[in-house]
Amino acid sequence: MMEYAWLVPLFPALAFPVIVFVTRRLRLLSALVGIAAIAASFVVSVGILVEVLQAGVTMEQPVEKALNWLAIPGPEGWLLKIEAGILLDPLTAVMLVVVTLVALLVEIYSVGYMHGDPGFSVFFSYLSLFSASMLGLVVANNFFMMFFFWELVGLCSYLLIGFYFHKPEAARASLKAFVTNRVADFGFMLGFFFLFLMFGTFNFRELAEAVPHAENLGLLALAAALVFIGPIGKSAQFPLHVWLPDAMEGPTPVSALIHAATMVAAGVYLLARAFVLFAGLPSVMLIIAYVGGFTALFAATIGVVQRDIKRILAYSTISQLGYMVMAMGVGSMTAGMFHLTTHAFFKALLFLGAGSVIHALNEQDIFRMGGLARDMKITAGTFIIGALALAGIPPLAGFWSKDEILLAAYSHGYTGLYLLGTVVAFLTAFYMFRLIFVAFFGPRRAGLHGHESPWTMTVPLLVLAVLSVVSGFMGAPFVAHGFSSWVYFGEPHHVEPNYVVMFTSTAVAILGIYLAWFIYGREAVSHEALSRRWQGVYRLVYNKYYVDEAYLWFFRRVVLGLAEAFNWHDRNVVDRIFDGVGDLVRWSGRRLRYLQTGHLPVYGLVLFAAVVVLVIWAAAPVIGGIR
Amino acid sequence: MITLSHYLALAGLLFVVGLFGALAKRNAVAVLMGIELMLNAVNINLVAFNRFMNPGEVTGQVFALFVIVVAAAEVAVGLAIVINLYRRRLATDVEEADWLKW
Repeated sequence: MMEYAWLVPLFPALAFPVIVFVTRRLRLLSALVGIAAIAASFVVSVGILVEVLQAGVTMEQPVEKALNWLAIPGPEGWLLKIEAGILLDPLTAVMLVVVTLVALLVEIYSVGYMHGDPGFSVFFSYLSLFSASMLGLVVANNFFMMFFFWELVGLCSYLLIGFYFHKPEAARASLKAFVTNRVADFGFMLGFFFLFLMFGTFNFRELAEAVPHAENLGLLALAAALVFIGPIGKSAQFPLHVWLPDAMEGPTPVSALIHAATMVAAGVYLLARAFVLFAGLPSVMLIIAYVGGFTALFAATIGVVQRDIKRILAYSTISQLGYMVMAMGVGSMTAGMFHLTTHAFFKALLFLGAGSVIHALNEQDIFRMGGLARDMKITAGTFIIGALALAGIPPLAGFWSKDEILLAAYSHGYTGLYLLGTVVAFLTAFYMFRLIFVAFFGPRRAGLHGHESPWTMTVPLLVLAVLSVVSGFMGAPFVAHGFSSWVYFGEPHHVEPNYVVMFTSTAVAILGIYLAWFIYGREAVSHEALSRRWQGVYRLVYNKYYVDEAYLWFFRRVVLGLAEAFNWHDRNVVDRIFDGVGDLVRWSGRRLRYLQTGHLPVYGLVLFAAVVVLVIWAAAPVIGGIR
Repeated sequence: MITLSHYLALAGLLFVVGLFGALAKRNAVAVLMGIELMLNAVNINLVAFNRFMNPGEVTGQVFALFVIVVAAAEVAVGLAIVINLYRRRLATDVEEADWLKW
């Protein structure tokens, strides 16, 4: 199967033009084309994963196949060589399965969710292109190709977030996502161009060999930090996280895809793929760890007070991505990728569950929901499983992966980050069960009645629920040849279970759930009274710490002010100079035209006199006769 | 014995006559004739230099031929201008050709 890896991105990539140009009018057929393409990719990906694990392809001995896409020979070796190739190692294989599986389930789900939408076929074509670009990014064997697909992912997210482009908020959100990502992509691009200047190659394996022998560590750190800006944007880390909550304007399946398997995973995947670059630079690793840790806490606190079901999940995603980045930063690539994998399943589950609720109620404010567990048994059941997994209740998937991150922080000596991570675990459990107790239990606050969704939507939920339960076991400490022996950096190390970390994180998660039940389930304390009492803090957090407002202020005052200043300078200085030059020429022309007498003999005489002068001047050195 | 200096003197004389005609004559045709004289003076120079300085080659003669060809073309254009001047102003006087004046 490994030699067919190039087919994985190709299937959905072909589905895109087929849907756009051939089957666009036949709605159901378009959906079938999209689903069949991604299903084929999924089958190939599973084959690849099995073969990779059996054939002993490890992180040190990957399989690489590449064609020269653009190659300019130079005096020694290549002056410029850009390849189009695939790099297969366990990291790639795991990502391929995760991406294709989640994308497949999301596409099946979309058949039910997007039913009756005028853009049904187009939606499937975008989803296919989105999956194709993400898969291309995953298999890429060099920075240049990765960047190409990275940008395609950005483009597709723009198209999909703005899918309801007739809604002004959606149009704005898609623009915001695109612009924010462009800022980050620019950093990423500069970073790998720096690397190219230093090492003369884009290829990951060649870089991995060259980077440890780099001489100019300062420049290398700069390049690594610039590359890290890419994940800050794509994986929505502080301070470029602002696009992600707004991206909720897109259709819910898109949110599931963006937040679980594609797009945001791309940033973390880049960190893992280029881990060798960061691993040798403690200063950059420290930045990564603290950016991730801060983002995790920052977003979790916002998630606690949001009212929109999708926005709660969006901030949860940012927070969990913070976890992953933090794991990378403290030096455990395994933990980061493991959490990425399990998170992909349960976050896709939660988003699709939320989509099911929105589909039934046409309402997103959780405080206008209530009692949904009675009307939507499958949705509610699977949603609670997803929430338990996210909260980190054993033995569900999130428990194992989150534990591994906390353990990594703890055992690498980042006690502060470990404590921070534990607080985030508490907050995560709290905001998820706040959502559940408010939306799925209690009275029907606004009299809205739910109804269960069609099977195309519930089946993906059930599959994801099963995955959210079992996917954690592949990396559990008691499994001998699990995740940590596939995906690692340097040496594979088996994680010993640390019962203190395990017990603490479970305890704080249960405490969070209990507190949520105490406030929102039993309503022992009125949450409205609480928010009134802590009004200042509540308003600060509810308004997302005013980051958007700060950006807006910066844009309006600083950027537009600067533009205003430049405009003034252009009008009053630059234009004056050029107008002055023009006036001077016109004035001198007016004066000098009196030289034009219109008297031909005079012109001839001047001409001749000039020639005589020139000849005398040229002949001055030899004047005195012919020698 | 006729030397190079004789030729140069003749050419110089011819050139000055031509220059005077080109600058002082009012009739446009006469001006053109003056220019022809100047060109022919140059031709004499070219051929004479070729003969006395470098007799083995014919560079000067070839140049002279070029000058003759260019002169023919120039006269064709010049006469066309003169005819236009006559048609527009009923004059062949160069003093009348003052469209380029301010």
